[in-house]
Amino acid sequence: MANLNDILILLPELYLVVAACLLLLLDAFMKPEQRPLLHWLSIAVLLVGVYLVVEGQPSQAVTAFNGMFVRDGVAEVLKVFALLSTVLVFVYAKPYLMDRKLFIGEFYTLTIFAVIGIMLLVSAGSLITVYLGLEQLTLSSYALVALNRDSRLSSEAAIKYFVLGALASGMLLYGMSMVYGATGTLDLAHLHMAATQTSMPNLLVFGLIFMIVGIAFKLGAAPFHMWIPDVYQGAPTAVTIFIGSAPKLAAFGMAYRLLANGLGDLAHHWQLMLACLAVLSLAIGNVVALVQTNLKRLLAYSTISHMGYLLLGLVNAGPEGYASALFYAISYALMSAAAFGVILALARAGFECEEIDDLKGLNQRSPWAAFLMMLVMFSLAGVPPMFGFFAKLLVFQAAIHAGFLWLALVGAVFAIIGLYYYLRVVKVMYFDKPVEGTEIHLQGDVSVRLVLSLNVLALLVLGLTWGPLFGWCQSVFVG
Amino acid sequence: MIDPQMFQLVCFYAFAAVTVVAALGVVTLRNTVHAVLALVLTFFSTACIWLLAEAEFLAIALIVVYVGAVMVLFLFVVMMLDINQEHLREGFIKFLPVGIIVALIMLGEMLGLIGVRAMHQQVMGANPATVAGMSNTEWLGQALYTQFLLPFEIAALILTVGVVAAVVLTLRHRTGVRHQKASQQVLVNARDRIRVVKMAAVAPAAPQPAPGKETTP
Repeated sequence: MANLNDILILLPELYLVVAACLLLLLDAFMKPEQRPLLHWLSIAVLLVGVYLVVEGQPSQAVTAFNGMFVRDGVAEVLKVFALLSTVLVFVYAKPYLMDRKLFIGEFYTLTIFAVIGIMLLVSAGSLITVYLGLEQLTLSSYALVALNRDSRLSSEAAIKYFVLGALASGMLLYGMSMVYGATGTLDLAHLHMAATQTSMPNLLVFGLIFMIVGIAFKLGAAPFHMWIPDVYQGAPTAVTIFIGSAPKLAAFGMAYRLLANGLGDLAHHWQLMLACLAVLSLAIGNVVALVQTNLKRLLAYSTISHMGYLLLGLVNAGPEGYASALFYAISYALMSAAAFGVILALARAGFECEEIDDLKGLNQRSPWAAFLMMLVMFSLAGVPPMFGFFAKLLVFQAAIHAGFLWLALVGAVFAIIGLYYYLRVVKVMYFDKPVEGTEIHLQGDVSVRLVLSLNVLALLVLGLTWGPLFGWCQSVFVG
Repeated sequence: MIDPQMFQLVCFYAFAAVTVVAALGVVTLRNTVHAVLALVLTFFSTACIWLLAEAEFLAIALIVVYVGAVMVLFLFVVMMLDINQEHLREGFIKFLPVGIIVALIMLGEMLGLIGVRAMHQQVMGANPATVAGMSNTEWLGQALYTQFLLPFEIAALILTVGVVAAVVLTLRHRTGVRHQKASQQVLVNARDRIRVVKMAAVAPAAPQPAPGKETTP
């Protein structure tokens, strides 16, 4: 039975549910011209959520609702950054949405509902909570992708996302049912104990394989990456930025809960599977990105390769590996938000700024935007001293310590190949002549420019002083 | 005398076979209405399997909710859509052999590795409802509102998202549409609706024959 203690543990999530419902009601009774108020309220709601997560954090891991919900350090880090990156999404998305008549309250409420799904997912203590949190997140995402329903591309992307997502959920559930059949428990903590004593180890491994397929799909790791480019390109950029940032933290959280918390003793099985996924993701992501002309598709393939790097950390299957993968997920969420943030800031009504050619000569038109984009590209590519460089370094280190030297070498080779397409964007901005008749400038009000600049500069600052953040990531996996 | 355990096993395999065949029918039948009917059969035989597993409430809920309500709605939708079915089937035959081979290989591998025999040996715990001395429905309700309260509430939240998503994706504000204004309709009173007019009573004139009628005999 739920008691007050359970409810206090779940407070941030409960608060967000209530807030999202209130925003939904408020939106229904609001005049269209009052909607900017909703925008600021949503941001405030998320920031208060961050406060509640940090403030109420217990010193030790606690569980609520019969172990269905776990509140520990990992969940705290993931929730804080998921909420913060969603704040960034809201700030960047506003001018874009207003230009395209998509500035509706449901964008905010659906996104907050998706964030609630993320928070439940990363705090899951049971297979059921994992699945339900995931559905909460993806169902909101499908609707967000289809938000611009007059666009054919957008609807097509949503349908693809929905069908493939349903397939992946089916795989995940199938795997969970096998794991339940083999161990007789849904609780992740009990699963950890039961996994070693099962009388049907084969069934358990089968379940593990199907669950890894589900996880790989949600991460967007090759060969389960098919949906990523189409969804990234088809969705309105304001939605792409969300799908590219916070849910990656959720996917890491899900992989951690299922693989490390639940089936940690089967690590010798899943390490090699994740290594294969990592190599494929690195290869497909980096090589296919070389020939892209659309910026959103380029970033989509770049996501696939980054998920490969994240998997390098998970392959370690120890506290060091989890910490580096968590650090990588955070860095990727911030970098992705910044990259799409620049695209959003350059887009305006009737002009999406989606093609790489659209950025030609950006330095002459808008030097600050070009500079910001250059820093983001350097960070994504992993050029020192940016944030992305240290994130890559740490996952390589984790892979080497786990005895996967070859994997780290493959990662390094593909990082160098990847350098080419990131630098091509920089070259186009700085050395190509601007196309006549296209005027691109930073759009949006002061808040957008300020937050965007701070976000990008944070990539530089966190690159120079990455110690404290990594220390935080390490501390949550100790013990 | 039939061994009850044997009888149960035979029933299970019979229902399972019907389920699998019907599920195959859902994806292979050309006529969409037939496919939906096959889905009804799938649900029905699944409900039978659940009854065998002593999950009576779930079985009945499946029949009442899915077969009774959802599938009927599905049938309506499918009948209204009028899909060009030949177009949808393009490439189906071409990919069918590959699909069947892959599916059979996977099935064979899984059965070989996990083993049908091992499945039979797996002993599940006793039915918790029987142990607690409750009816299936009662026990399910208790578990749902105590142990599984959080997942239950999250499921409710997911449904909320579904409703919001459905509204945002389908609601269109058209201009120039004549709406009924319910708020104004209820404000009306009888005096505005009916006006009783008093008229002096006048004797009716003698009925005149209709002009067209004269030619008819």
